Amino acid sequence: MTPVLKRKILLLFIILLLAIIWGIVKGSVNLSLTELLLKENRQILSLRFARVLLAIVAGAGLAASGIALQAILRNPLAEPYLLGTSSGAGLGAVLAIIIGVYKIYLPLAAFLGAALTIILVYSLARQGNKVPMQSLILSGVIVSIAFSGIIVFLISTSGNEALHGVMWWLWGSLQVYDFKLFFIVAAVVILGILAIFILSQDLNAISIGEEEAIHLGINTETIKKILFLITSFITASLVCICGIIGFVGLIIPHIMRLIVGPNHKILIPSACLAAAIFMVLCDMLSRTLFAPLEIPIGVITAIIGTPIFIVLLKMKQRVK
Amino acid sequence: MDTLLKVDSLSGGYAKEMVIKDVSFQIEKGDFLGIIGPNGSGKSTLLRLMSRVLTLQKGNIILEDKDITRMNLKEFCRKVAFVPQDTLINFSFSVEEIVQMGRIPHLKRLQFETRHDFLITQNALSLTDTLYLKEKEIDTLSAGERQRVIIAKALAQEPALLFLDEPTSHLDIGHQIQILDLLKKMNRQNNLTIAMVLHDLNLASEYCNRIILLNEGRIFKEGSPKEVLTYQNIETVYKTVVVVNKNPMSSKPYVVLISGDNICPRD
Repeated sequence: MTPVLKRKILLLFIILLLAIIWGIVKGSVNLSLTELLLKENRQILSLRFARVLLAIVAGAGLAASGIALQAILRNPLAEPYLLGTSSGAGLGAVLAIIIGVYKIYLPLAAFLGAALTIILVYSLARQGNKVPMQSLILSGVIVSIAFSGIIVFLISTSGNEALHGVMWWLWGSLQVYDFKLFFIVAAVVILGILAIFILSQDLNAISIGEEEAIHLGINTETIKKILFLITSFITASLVCICGIIGFVGLIIPHIMRLIVGPNHKILIPSACLAAAIFMVLCDMLSRTLFAPLEIPIGVITAIIGTPIFIVLLKMKQRVK
Repeated sequence: MDTLLKVDSLSGGYAKEMVIKDVSFQIEKGDFLGIIGPNGSGKSTLLRLMSRVLTLQKGNIILEDKDITRMNLKEFCRKVAFVPQDTLINFSFSVEEIVQMGRIPHLKRLQFETRHDFLITQNALSLTDTLYLKEKEIDTLSAGERQRVIIAKALAQEPALLFLDEPTSHLDIGHQIQILDLLKKMNRQNNLTIAMVLHDLNLASEYCNRIILLNEGRIFKEGSPKEVLTYQNIETVYKTVVVVNKNPMSSKPYVVLISGDNICPRD
């Protein structure tokens, strides 16, 4: 690693620490750090801290999955929800509400919906022992469109009031309702990110070509299957706790590729850091911009992410 | 001469079609072997079977006394490298990073390159005359530069055997000669054994010490350029009329193509 890269990563760490503090202090009620540490404010502190932690876990998980999928599909437009996770989770949740299951089982329904959808997409694309990337992308897109249609149909025909609560699922929220569930999800996501990082050398090789990777001693088909499994677990677990947060998994990897280059050994940790920062800040905005109203975080990530990306892209083009 | 790779009654290809049918031959250490044949004769398939991209259905491939299907893939890739026709890369890796990937078979997961790996990478860059490109991004290079970089990556694998699949088909004549001269130099000085699929018969004649002519998945003829590149062999396999002359400088066979208009009916 060159000194410049080390400095960039160190800088990201420092920014993340500052963002964490800022994210905890800011809220619908502004409290200073010393006030927050008082006993009577313990409740607020733990809620905000959990929220910031979820922002970090979700951001890092989405960025790492985005990177992995972009490399194995060799398509820079791939994003974590490409394989239908989001629409599957949404459909699972909507169906659960209509059937009338208890609210605590909703995340489970969403997780099942996401998992079953990924299995469906995967088996649609499979040809014998191989999974051609083009068919995988296509079947992912088609299943997503079909399921989104069914979701909208169900919402518009059902009189069920609870369905309006599905909105947050479709645009995301980092409110932590259930601490136990949060710890399980965090554990799954962190293990997943570590596994993706361990495969970073394989990702480097696969991103220059599947056969190229075989010639470098990588068992491409096996690695691809492992990575699909890992990214599916990450996105399905995240979707069931914080809904669908678009853009992070697509745009943060791109931005970091422009800043630190495409080498996954460096790209994965730095994109995870950057995505964590981005999510903590976006969540803070979603809570404070129109307080006490909360704007879905997916709206903020889209509105802020796009201009940052365009500016960086233009800067890069000028350098070339 | 010692045998490096032994192909023994090999059959294989794709799920629905057996492209290579019962092929046997040997690659000796120090060989510069050319594999020629018409479109669809199985040249690339043969190369992909020998480099483990495709799994063989019958027969054996033995690399230095070891059955290649029983070798660990990374171990195999420390001995055998592959250069494809053309490599399109969507991601902006720098030239140096690409060449460094040639060290992957020698590294454990998560292991960063050592000083030794760095030296080998630099050496591969300078051998292929791409050192001046090392900071550049791979997707900004011309076809000729890119192919030299891909060869540098293969050399960084420190292979004993290098396979190439029509490495010059996208290049102009100047760059074709540049690449093949480079390979010849590696073949002579570093004792690198080379097996290469070529479309251009005259390039095969000029550079290869041995040629295999494939036809419909079988070996039609094997031997020195002089033995293989006769007008009878070429006309039978390629189904076109040619005249075989001598290259005035190297006195190797030189295949001249004849347009349909200039063939006078024999009867």
